[in-house]
Amino acid sequence: MTLTRAPEQAAQPRAGSSFYRWGLLLAVLALGLGAYLSLGVGVVHIPLSAMFSPNEDQWEIISRSRLPRMAAILLAGSSMAVAGLIMQRITQNRFVSPSTSGTTEAAIFGILLATLFVPGASLTTKMMIAIVTSIIGSVIFLQILQQMRHRDPLVVALLGIMYGSVISAITVAVGYRLDLVQLLDIWTTGSFASILSGQYEPLYIVLFALIAGFFFADRFTVVGMGRDVSTSLGVNYTFVLYTGLIVISIMSASVVVVVGAIPFLGLIVPNVVALMMGDHVRRVLPVTAVAGAGFVLICDIIGRWIIAPYEIPVATIAGVVGAGFFVWLIVRHGKGASA
Amino acid sequence: MIFLHAVSHAYGATTVLDGVDLSIPRGKLTALVGPNGAGKSTLLSAMARLLKPDTGQVMVGDLDVLSAKPAQLAKKLGVLKQLNQLSARLTVIDLVRFGRFPHCQGRLQAEDHRIVEQAMDYVDLQEFRDRFLDQLSGGQRQRALIAMVLAQDTEYILLDEPLNNLDMRHGVAMMQLLRQAADDLGRTIVVVLHDINFASAWADYLVGMRDGSVVAQGTPEQIVQREPLREIFGLDMQVVDVAGRKIGMYWHPELVGAEELSPVAVYG
Amino acid sequence: MTAVQDHATTGHTISANGASPAEKAKDRRVLAILIGLAMLGLLAITAYLTYGVQGSWSYALSLRSRQVGSLIVVGIAIGASSLVFQTIAGSRILTPGVMGFDAVYVLIQTMIVGLFGASTLQLLGVMERFALNTFALMIFGLLLFRFLFRSNSRNLFVVVLVGIVLGSLFASLSTLTSRLLSPDDFLTLQTVLFASFTTVDPVLLGVTGAATAFGLLALWPQLRKLDVVDLGHDGCVALGVDYHRTVRTTLVIVTLLVAASTALVGPMIFLGLIVANLARQALPTHRHTSLVVASALIGLLFTVGGQFLVTHVFDLQTPISVVINLVGGLYFIVLLLRTDRL
Repeated sequence: MTLTRAPEQAAQPRAGSSFYRWGLLLAVLALGLGAYLSLGVGVVHIPLSAMFSPNEDQWEIISRSRLPRMAAILLAGSSMAVAGLIMQRITQNRFVSPSTSGTTEAAIFGILLATLFVPGASLTTKMMIAIVTSIIGSVIFLQILQQMRHRDPLVVALLGIMYGSVISAITVAVGYRLDLVQLLDIWTTGSFASILSGQYEPLYIVLFALIAGFFFADRFTVVGMGRDVSTSLGVNYTFVLYTGLIVISIMSASVVVVVGAIPFLGLIVPNVVALMMGDHVRRVLPVTAVAGAGFVLICDIIGRWIIAPYEIPVATIAGVVGAGFFVWLIVRHGKGASA
Repeated sequence: MIFLHAVSHAYGATTVLDGVDLSIPRGKLTALVGPNGAGKSTLLSAMARLLKPDTGQVMVGDLDVLSAKPAQLAKKLGVLKQLNQLSARLTVIDLVRFGRFPHCQGRLQAEDHRIVEQAMDYVDLQEFRDRFLDQLSGGQRQRALIAMVLAQDTEYILLDEPLNNLDMRHGVAMMQLLRQAADDLGRTIVVVLHDINFASAWADYLVGMRDGSVVAQGTPEQIVQREPLREIFGLDMQVVDVAGRKIGMYWHPELVGAEELSPVAVYG
Repeated sequence: MTAVQDHATTGHTISANGASPAEKAKDRRVLAILIGLAMLGLLAITAYLTYGVQGSWSYALSLRSRQVGSLIVVGIAIGASSLVFQTIAGSRILTPGVMGFDAVYVLIQTMIVGLFGASTLQLLGVMERFALNTFALMIFGLLLFRFLFRSNSRNLFVVVLVGIVLGSLFASLSTLTSRLLSPDDFLTLQTVLFASFTTVDPVLLGVTGAATAFGLLALWPQLRKLDVVDLGHDGCVALGVDYHRTVRTTLVIVTLLVAASTALVGPMIFLGLIVANLARQALPTHRHTSLVVASALIGLLFTVGGQFLVTHVFDLQTPISVVINLVGGLYFIVLLLRTDRL
């Protein structure tokens, strides 16, 4: 019986499927080309012509700094966008994302704890601790949501932002006590400037999270409809919910540890993609990943270019673009709801 | 008296008042009646300067509503719309004292307090004077609001659907209160009412509206008749005489006179 | 109203000023709370000035009196402005801090330096700079309010969320602009923006103190009208209060007060929210004359008392703004969760 299938599957259009595949392929190619060209941007200018046959010095720069940077950009951009998408599915709320619901802030708190209790911790250790704290942070956020009287999606967003700022305030307070405030800046303001080979590789862990996210995509949507619907559709509510939170936390925490927080990324990219392509989560997910990577790449190139040879952290650029877009999204929602 | 000339108003493309000319008699209880969307509330708002009509003139006594100073007008004209937004934690007496604001700007003198107490007595709310508004029943809250308007001590009082949310018993009590205010205190009172029979039983003068225009006006004897009612409500109803008052039987098609039994006569 | 029959006011002893025994008790409680708050405030100020002074008393006193002076200005300005802002916005979760007013202030300063260079900023005196900022802030406030006006209660959350995100947008824009500045300009901007509170500039303190005093004086005649504003637009019209004018006047005063406090210590997003709501909870009255005084006093207690506790008792290095953000954020969450009407 068709009715027992998840609504998304039932709604999958047959026509346009090949168009979708070609479009996705094209987007990936464009992203690849852009990423490759971005290798030339930097303090040492490497001309286009040299890109395909670099001399030894140029290759040294590319392999030590530029390639790792590009990899980090692609990994961070795609995973944060997908984390946002999954989070929006689980909470059934377009205005939620890791950076507006305490997940990112909890990860930063975790890094602070790691710095505090495990002196000289490796990147991987910090990452593990940050993942644990951000899982805890997300679980608490979901618990708070259960207590809410106002189910208005905007109130949920408001609550998430406040919750995040409370966690940051705790982090900053601890930071002041230990004279670590300057250090905190590294994680609160995401930047790819210090990515070098040998210092970012743990970030590849997000690939596993991305794959897991893809396979669970439909089930996240079902879980978002609540425990009752999930049970009647034969989905293990608790298991899928926690899988989702773990996937989100791995993505957010890894990115925060290696790159630092990138505000609004997880919020706006999934929304733009949904505006253009609708809500079918398994179709949307790869596009979201590509778009997230592209968005971060563009922000990073702008940051490198505006005041070259210095550079502006990607978080600042994303903050301006993202907040502007978010305001537009909210106002649009408000108008739609009151009309 | 209240005098309206060529008052028109539109919300976007929808005309809600279409060149209304009307004069409302002094010292009487006047009811605005008509179906939903006829423009009764909008007309009342225009009289009360809650809404600035696109064109037209509104005079209350010798004051031009559109150009008079707000504070001056508030001493002459009191208005009560559905105040849903009583957000402050107000007690009954706090609310009624607001009625004196136009006269004393919030600094109540002995005379103001005397008038407030009289209004409280008049609506019989003394035992609830220190209750918060959200602790009252719907009927009590409505009476508290009426007391506020009475304390405002204005010659003209406009009320928008004062019977909303009241059960039949409280509805009757409310109309009785308004009747007294007109008779004993000589106030000119204008109410928007839904139920033609409440209007017929209590008002001196009826104004029937439809589609933004006044389609009939006169005493209850003149208006509560088959033809005018059909004109106003688009409903055909039998009118019976009960103890000297006209009652329109609209509750069921079979109550309509025998010769009009078959089709359900609803226009528009 | 001579024609009203004199009904017997049975069982009630109403005095000539119209107060029943219950009301008199209420008024006494309001007064007692206000006096208590004032005493606590004085205590906090005295403690701040005199606690653990070592060495030269005259030096310590002159330094500390400037510090405590700026704390007093900030507390009072934020307390009073937040309370009346809640009233004109018709919501208890809306305060200037929440709506991003402070962030605008920072942005304006940064933009001036970004566009005209730090030398221009320094050419302007403290006074002119303050005037310029206040003016710009007023324009922002009025624009924001046009938006607020058109919104119904359903749109309240839209307004709040837009305010918060605008705050974050302005913060990012400020960071962006400041990164574009030359290092010299950047340093100047930092000193202007975060006028260190430990070494308060006496001129700035004078200007902001005067602005606050003027703001409070201007606010006073509005307070009784604000009682009526609580009844909403229609209530105002019915009682002959010019709603739009009252709201606009109040808003202009609010921006002046916000500008004064922000110029002294920088953004304090949640202080006003806590203080104004505490005042409303503590006082069993709707009258703004009492509420505003209480809110200002509680604000003063929070800033002076808070700073005293933070530096002397807990001996923390944490700035008071961090503590306030922590407590304020928690309080905001509780408000969102518990309150039916926001």
